[in-house]
Amino acid sequence: MNWLNEAGPERDVTLTSRIRLARNIADIPFPTVMLPEHARQVAEKVRNSIFDFSGHQRFAGIKFAYIKMSDVPEIERQILVEKHLASQDLMEHPEVSAILLDSNEEITVMINEEDHIRMQCVLPGFQLSKAWETISYIDDLIEEQVDYAFHEEFGYLTSCPTNVGTGLRSSVMMHLPGLTMSNQMNAILQTITKIGLTARGIYGEGSEALGSIYQISNQVTLGPTEEDIINNLSIVSRQIVDKERQARKALRQAGGIQFEDSLWRACGLLLHARIMSLKEFMSLISSVRLAVSMGLIPGVALEKIDAVMTMGQPANVMKKAGGRLKGKEVDVERANIIRGAMREILNL
Amino acid sequence: MLCQECKKRPATVHLMKIVNNHKTELFLCEECAGRQEDFMQMPSFSISDLIAGFMETGKPHQAFEKPAQSRCKVCGMDYSQFKKAGRFGCQECYKYFDSELIPLLRKIHGNYHHSGKVPRKTGTDFLKKRQIAQYKSELKKAIEVEAYERAAELRDMIKALEESYGGQGGDNNELAE
Repeated sequence: MNWLNEAGPERDVTLTSRIRLARNIADIPFPTVMLPEHARQVAEKVRNSIFDFSGHQRFAGIKFAYIKMSDVPEIERQILVEKHLASQDLMEHPEVSAILLDSNEEITVMINEEDHIRMQCVLPGFQLSKAWETISYIDDLIEEQVDYAFHEEFGYLTSCPTNVGTGLRSSVMMHLPGLTMSNQMNAILQTITKIGLTARGIYGEGSEALGSIYQISNQVTLGPTEEDIINNLSIVSRQIVDKERQARKALRQAGGIQFEDSLWRACGLLLHARIMSLKEFMSLISSVRLAVSMGLIPGVALEKIDAVMTMGQPANVMKKAGGRLKGKEVDVERANIIRGAMREILNL
Repeated sequence: MLCQECKKRPATVHLMKIVNNHKTELFLCEECAGRQEDFMQMPSFSISDLIAGFMETGKPHQAFEKPAQSRCKVCGMDYSQFKKAGRFGCQECYKYFDSELIPLLRKIHGNYHHSGKVPRKTGTDFLKKRQIAQYKSELKKAIEVEAYERAAELRDMIKALEESYGGQGGDNNELAE
């Protein structure tokens, strides 16, 4: 099962761990300049690396489905993005792009994105090493059938020089309400950029981190080995997890009943409000997630809260409503969905 | 993405027109964009701006000179197109833009030597070369600390590896001296 319905280590602070590899096929122009016939060649080669000519999968264990983006309705494409199963970039050219998605929804091989191949493994909680082992195995399987563009000095060649070398981006998605409330985020963000890491808000544009959710990833892809890159991020992430837990504890001690009250009020609004913007929703669900992770609301699994968080994202709301919603209607529908979902997970 | 107009050069310019709240967007190459009159050119800040910025810092004199333009002989992309798009056209661009590329990679990654994973199928010779390089640096250290037994061992391992892929390491000379 994917990260939205499975527990994982350090889940109180870490929502997901993700490893992505960028690869290109030798002697085919990169997506920036390639023609539709090149894109077709790429899709065919990648598909044939997983399935043989009679359509049987070449290996056992992981089960893949091949999905052309042109066969997926636009709303479903956005849902793939909101569930972090595919990237926004992949949806820029749906006429030539495709994905291979495993039945557990943990592994996606994106075809004709910014590079010919972008493969990723997303696991719940803190599991960078396992995600790396999994995706490196998939990389080996594809490479048995496909020749990659590789340079002895520069490593795996990518469209953008910021990905060359290992082609590896490792990231952890973290819920950091404690550090945000105690105004420590800026200092942390400044520090991590000095050591080759970068952080951005997720579920929100630009620097605004909706719901205190941040994605921390490596910036450097050329020079260090994959293991070094992952270790580096792991060490920093573990420190951030500790700091976040300390901040939560301190906030609870200092804030006492007022702090608890503010979290329960958020819960009350999610259970009863009739109109809810994305921004308000993210801030409230963040408070409820914090309350659950500190044991204030017993008997609720964190992955359930994360599933509710995804239900409130724009494309998910649209899909549930079964059609086009305008302006305020989205916020009304979101409030409806969330009220129902909250009652269910709280057993009301 | 290719220019929507000529469908030949990479699209490096994003044009947008808004008439009565109706938005029209075009992705064009610079040449075709120059011919559009009723579009407003949007200032944007992207990865390509950053890359262009990287290229200029530390080489202020070059901003005023016009150096000979490198061009990839395979996909036809020239260096200024790359600077604008921030994306290479094909794997051969990495060869044709070699001299501009190394300072760029050094600025982005602090480094330009890949030491990670290697494709199993095509990379076996390369793996051997990498192993030889590692043994050589160990050999140097062994000689420095006068561990001659270890040095002899390493020398034999290097020899065996070099013979197994048929090529001479290339940079043998420094140790032969």
